[in-house]
Amino acid sequence: MGKNRDNVGFDAGVRDYSESGRYYYDPGYTPKDTEVLAAFRVTPQEGVPWQEAAAAVAAESSSGTWTTVWSDLLTNQERYAGRTYKIEEIPGHEDQFMAYIAYPLDLFEEGSMANLMSSIVGNVFGFKALRALRLEDLRIPPVLLRTFQGPPHGIQVERDRLNKYGRPLLGATMKPKLGLSAKNYGRVVYEALAGGLDFTKDDENITSQPFMRWRDRCEFVLEGVHKAEAETGERKGHYLNVTAGDMEEMYKRAELARDLGSRIIMVDYLTVGFTAFTSLSKWARQNGVLLHAHRALHAVLDRQRNHGIHWRVLAKWCRVVGADHVHNGTVVGKLEGDRQSTLGVAKLLRDDFVPANKSEGILFDQPWGSVPGMFPVASGGIHVWHMPELVHLFGDDSVLQFGGGTLGHPWGSRAGATANRVALEASVKARNEGRDLVKEGPAILKEAARFSPELQKALETWKDISFEFETVDALDL
Amino acid sequence: MYTETFSYLPPFSEKEVAAQIKYIMDNGWIPGIEYTEDPGLENAYWFFWKLPLFDAENAEEVMSELKACREQNPKAYIKITGYDNIRQGQVLAFVAFKPAA
Repeated sequence: MGKNRDNVGFDAGVRDYSESGRYYYDPGYTPKDTEVLAAFRVTPQEGVPWQEAAAAVAAESSSGTWTTVWSDLLTNQERYAGRTYKIEEIPGHEDQFMAYIAYPLDLFEEGSMANLMSSIVGNVFGFKALRALRLEDLRIPPVLLRTFQGPPHGIQVERDRLNKYGRPLLGATMKPKLGLSAKNYGRVVYEALAGGLDFTKDDENITSQPFMRWRDRCEFVLEGVHKAEAETGERKGHYLNVTAGDMEEMYKRAELARDLGSRIIMVDYLTVGFTAFTSLSKWARQNGVLLHAHRALHAVLDRQRNHGIHWRVLAKWCRVVGADHVHNGTVVGKLEGDRQSTLGVAKLLRDDFVPANKSEGILFDQPWGSVPGMFPVASGGIHVWHMPELVHLFGDDSVLQFGGGTLGHPWGSRAGATANRVALEASVKARNEGRDLVKEGPAILKEAARFSPELQKALETWKDISFEFETVDALDL
Repeated sequence: MYTETFSYLPPFSEKEVAAQIKYIMDNGWIPGIEYTEDPGLENAYWFFWKLPLFDAENAEEVMSELKACREQNPKAYIKITGYDNIRQGQVLAFVAFKPAA
């Protein structure tokens, strides 16, 4: 060790993140089209100035460390620093503000959602100078998007594969969630599909438990699917959940489903992790099998208003990495989710270009380039009376899933399925004829019930059921 | 046997068929007519009646083509389709006539 250790040009110690010349706080900076843009709701600890808290978020999620290090001088800080380019007050929340941060493209590896997440929603969420942090929106630039696959097939290819045009697709989750034998489960699937559904679905926590092993479920379910197809002349699918404890097992399950002729499989895209999800998405495209994504775990990440990751970001990531369907809110059913926000997410899942719109919670323009759109799935606590409004709200490119609303029909699931299919087609027909589904919805259903005893019975059964709870996730930006 | 969209509703009257064709045209989509005597699970390409009706200006023109198709193919299922050339795919398809069983 030499003696000349002082005055070497390295100024050690802790400096403010927002100090000028450090780039992390750079108001007035104009973000580039190639940059990843994030909007964070920041709740700083008391006494921490906003600009310092915002700069800290930018630094900790990009190139910065709590103290300066000599090797900072070996790199070009300007090239790798995340920049807070705008701070906004949030009306009604004086302890919070919105920080807009631009991240240079070079911070991210191509095609790696894990890498993107480790940067942007990594250590920074535990940062001590913050009381809470929520990622509200994220603009992913087309140059980075093009390094991901996206949905294995997308809406239009799925329609072509299934030969179904001009209406929402209709599904149901099989119940009870757990405890049916494989043979009995296959029966429930067959009845619902034969009655007129397009899809039936495994629940998210069915994998290969002792009461129903994977192979048995796969065989009996597909026997039911194929029998229903032969009877009705329509193409159908059951979302076989291939979620497993390791990737090798997931591939094995997906391969069996494919070999037995399943048109679609399913994965719990958040609990398996984004890397496993990415691999399965690529498998799905290579093998011509549609992929349905369930969002179990999302509420842990997105339900707190001041901390976590907003659902719209998790939904965008689902499209970036790639599934053909993903669960979104219902707006009308029993599960919460602000109406405008849910409809905004539907746009983010389907459209080629989604403009920023604060009334929908969308803070950035998002160009999707050539990434195909995917189906939002409305599921949970909805029944036949909701049908006209659902068709009105979500349009044709959606999957409407009535679990209890199918299997709970007094005459059984075949009749329940028929009731929902008739209600769906009557609603679409009426809409196309120029009728107002919101105002005339009940009348349209009652007219259709005149020729459909199944629908008549369903309308009587769920006549006065509504779920009126205040939404948990109010939009306040 | 069912034939996808609207096949769970009672058979459409001519007026009801015309209303759906009008919907196709009002959206700027291209109407088309397809027919087959052998519908079913595996048959996704029915015979074209002519080509998609690129030049049709109103639902009446499409209805008269439908009538001509029906007269020449009395045993056929006849389908109305709507193509969206922006989206590059079919966006509506339904069977307008089924032969008597």
